[in-house]
Amino acid sequence: MIRLFANANYDFIKWRRIAFSITGLIMLIGAIDLVARGLNYSIEFTGGTLVQFELAHQVPTGNIRTALDAVGLRGADIYNFGSDTSYVVRARLAGATQAAADTQAVADAVARALDRSVGSGQYQMMRREAVGPKVGRELQGKAVMAILFSFVVTLVYLAFRFEWRFGLAAVVATAHDIVATIAFISVMHLEVSLVVVGAVLTVVGYSLNDTIIIFDRVRENLRKYRRQNLYEILNLSINETLPRSVLTHGTTIATTLALLILAGEVIRPFAWVMTFGIFTGTFSSIYIAAPVLLWIEKRWPGEDARGARTFGSRAPAAPAASGPPATPSSAPSPRAPQPAR
Amino acid sequence: MGKIRQRLYVIGALIVISIISLVPRNTKQRMIEAGTGRMKDTTVRRLPINLGLDLQGGIHLALEVDQSRGPVPDCADAIQRAERVVRTRIDEFGTTEPVVQIQGRCRLIVELAGEKDPARAKGVIQRTAFLEFRITDMKSLFKDALPQVDAVLRKAGIKSRTTAAPSAVAQLFGDTSKTKAERDSAADANSPGVLSSLLFQGQMAGEFLVPEEQWPLVDSLINRPDVRAAMPRGIELRWGAQSESRGARAYRALYAVESRPIITGEELIKAVARRDQSTNQSIVVFQLSRRGARIFSQETARHIGDFMAIILDGRVQGQPPVIHGQIGANGQIELGTKPLQEASDLALVLRAGALPAPLTIVDERTISGTLGADSIHDGVRAGVVGVVLVIVIMIGYYRLSGALAVAALTLYCLFTLAGLAAFGFTLTLPGLAGFVLSIGIAVDANVLIFERIREELVHGKSLRLAVDDGFLHAMNAIVDSNVSTILTALILYAVGTGPVQGFAITLIIGIIASMISAIFVVKTLFLIWLYRRPDMVTLSI
Repeated sequence: MIRLFANANYDFIKWRRIAFSITGLIMLIGAIDLVARGLNYSIEFTGGTLVQFELAHQVPTGNIRTALDAVGLRGADIYNFGSDTSYVVRARLAGATQAAADTQAVADAVARALDRSVGSGQYQMMRREAVGPKVGRELQGKAVMAILFSFVVTLVYLAFRFEWRFGLAAVVATAHDIVATIAFISVMHLEVSLVVVGAVLTVVGYSLNDTIIIFDRVRENLRKYRRQNLYEILNLSINETLPRSVLTHGTTIATTLALLILAGEVIRPFAWVMTFGIFTGTFSSIYIAAPVLLWIEKRWPGEDARGARTFGSRAPAAPAASGPPATPSSAPSPRAPQPAR
Repeated sequence: MGKIRQRLYVIGALIVISIISLVPRNTKQRMIEAGTGRMKDTTVRRLPINLGLDLQGGIHLALEVDQSRGPVPDCADAIQRAERVVRTRIDEFGTTEPVVQIQGRCRLIVELAGEKDPARAKGVIQRTAFLEFRITDMKSLFKDALPQVDAVLRKAGIKSRTTAAPSAVAQLFGDTSKTKAERDSAADANSPGVLSSLLFQGQMAGEFLVPEEQWPLVDSLINRPDVRAAMPRGIELRWGAQSESRGARAYRALYAVESRPIITGEELIKAVARRDQSTNQSIVVFQLSRRGARIFSQETARHIGDFMAIILDGRVQGQPPVIHGQIGANGQIELGTKPLQEASDLALVLRAGALPAPLTIVDERTISGTLGADSIHDGVRAGVVGVVLVIVIMIGYYRLSGALAVAALTLYCLFTLAGLAAFGFTLTLPGLAGFVLSIGIAVDANVLIFERIREELVHGKSLRLAVDDGFLHAMNAIVDSNVSTILTALILYAVGTGPVQGFAITLIIGIIASMISAIFVVKTLFLIWLYRRPDMVTLSI
């Protein structure tokens, strides 16, 4: 039998500072990008018009732009969608004052511009969306509701399932995933539609699974190995669940990559978010949830806070991962960090 | 062994149910005929999975009452009237099952799968409603003229395709052996005509019934210019709004009515449904304007005992009531013992014609069938590649146990699709993506179980015990992880729109299916394996 990471004994928690720096950097870049450019909201949220068409022959983008200008669509974005002959014209509503009827007029104007520049019959309308400002606002509200609701439900579930310290650590990890994913969406300039919001929530669920599976193991090991401290038990649990993590993330990544590469342009933002989400979800379960749990147990020690009090004090750095694999049952572990004083 | 057999029965039953719910079946599809531009019903055999508009192409419209030219006080009533109007026009859309529903209080959703022309669809929906009252053909002018109409059709070379064989034979003989005049008279005497053979006399003068499956044919016949020319002066034909069943068959009513309306919706001020206290009848009480009252009292005085068809947008609504006496400004329509619901519906029809609600489109999504087909093609391709990768990973890593998981994965796909079909949920593009994604996630339960079994084996447990404990100990983590995903999906379903709801639904069904396949099916396969090889020392895992 093939065994990946069997009896692995990496000291994951030791690398927490490097991990924090990496994710902090990603978030920082995301934040800067977010302030500088803002999120690329779809017309579902802003209201506006989107027209996707397929040209029979390739036409310089400039020609189409000129034709759009000629019918008075100056502010409209125009970009290739998947292939050279496939285009999307998108015009967001300028302000809340614009009426719903205007979005219809814009869509008709795009058709007029195309009739003039490439000729009717030389293009095919693939998609036409005209969202009024009111519907846009409603969908914004719905997206916010979805995010808030899922947060509340997650909290209730965690409170029911775990002791509050574990729950809080899981929440911090989940919050990290949301922030990191938003940073990713911003940097990649992915279009934020309701489907992408759905993807973010799915990422949250997925990452939470991962955290829960590790924490389940931590709880089990805390009962099993009474003499080991929390630092060791966290490391042990992460290592024990490592083969499962690798396999599950492997199969999930395989499907999201298939979606990303093969499933077409419409679903691509969703696939990007899911693919990134699997990475960040895995990362946060190991490098955010576990260290945060240690930190919480240090500040507010519970009955599981064995040895957590000394966590983070610099003096007795935990031994390197290259140490001899410790059989879990060996009592008092030689790897236990020594008290600072 | 008995336990294994029971499990196999359960699995077998699940597979049979799934396959039954996925057997392709015939569905009617209404399409615009290329040549004539008229609607035509065709029967198509396809998988019974509902596809969302983003996959089959079509138009989604959300409409609200246009308040830009002055506020509309009761938008809920206005939207209900608009819904009633759009429903009467349903046959004009180029789709079999248009969705017309009120969302919230003041918004109307119209979804037309397969419709290609948004401008045409919008025209049909936004056209102002027109209500009129017309007296039915009391003198049976149309019935008397039917032989002439039949003759016209015969002259045009239209043969009765649907009537019984004798008439066809009579026509055949007529063509060869008789003169034209003889032929006409012979046909009149002996064989039912093309049109008259399709019409059955209804309960009142001017009412005819057409078998539901024949009505597109009859509709095309009566709209022919030569047939119109042969119609008696002052009489027109109007279809009933809905099909009704008499006995085992469904019929559609066709009314011959006077071409001159006695009054139109403009003169109607209000209409309310209520239950008459003394007679306990369902009634609709209506009030006319002063001008309307003057006209109506004259007309009703002349037509006492006649039937009055209530026509909205060219469709006769309900059964025409009989005029009992002269009616002035206030009248009532008695529906007898019919439920109050029908009276409310009729009142809504009257109001819809009286107070046209101008609609504005607040949300439009049109997706071409080509894009939908591309999406299906790409999505399926991604799914196949994803599944192959998952199979390679699972079998490569877990060997024979992995193969069991893959077998379960096949069942998982079957169960999920069957779940979508059986409960009539809609598969959308995000749903398809969710399905592909869930294939990757579905094996998680098996991974958790297999890893546990491996650990138990490492701890030196016997095969049988390791398998049992592996399943038992992994259960906690499996349930936990699935519960959190289901919760997220439920929220998405609650707040999402069509495509996102499709995603949530496939995710939920997928999780339930994966619990069945990964836990129950795989455990059964393991039990069989262990039963058949009791002497096995090492597990291929």
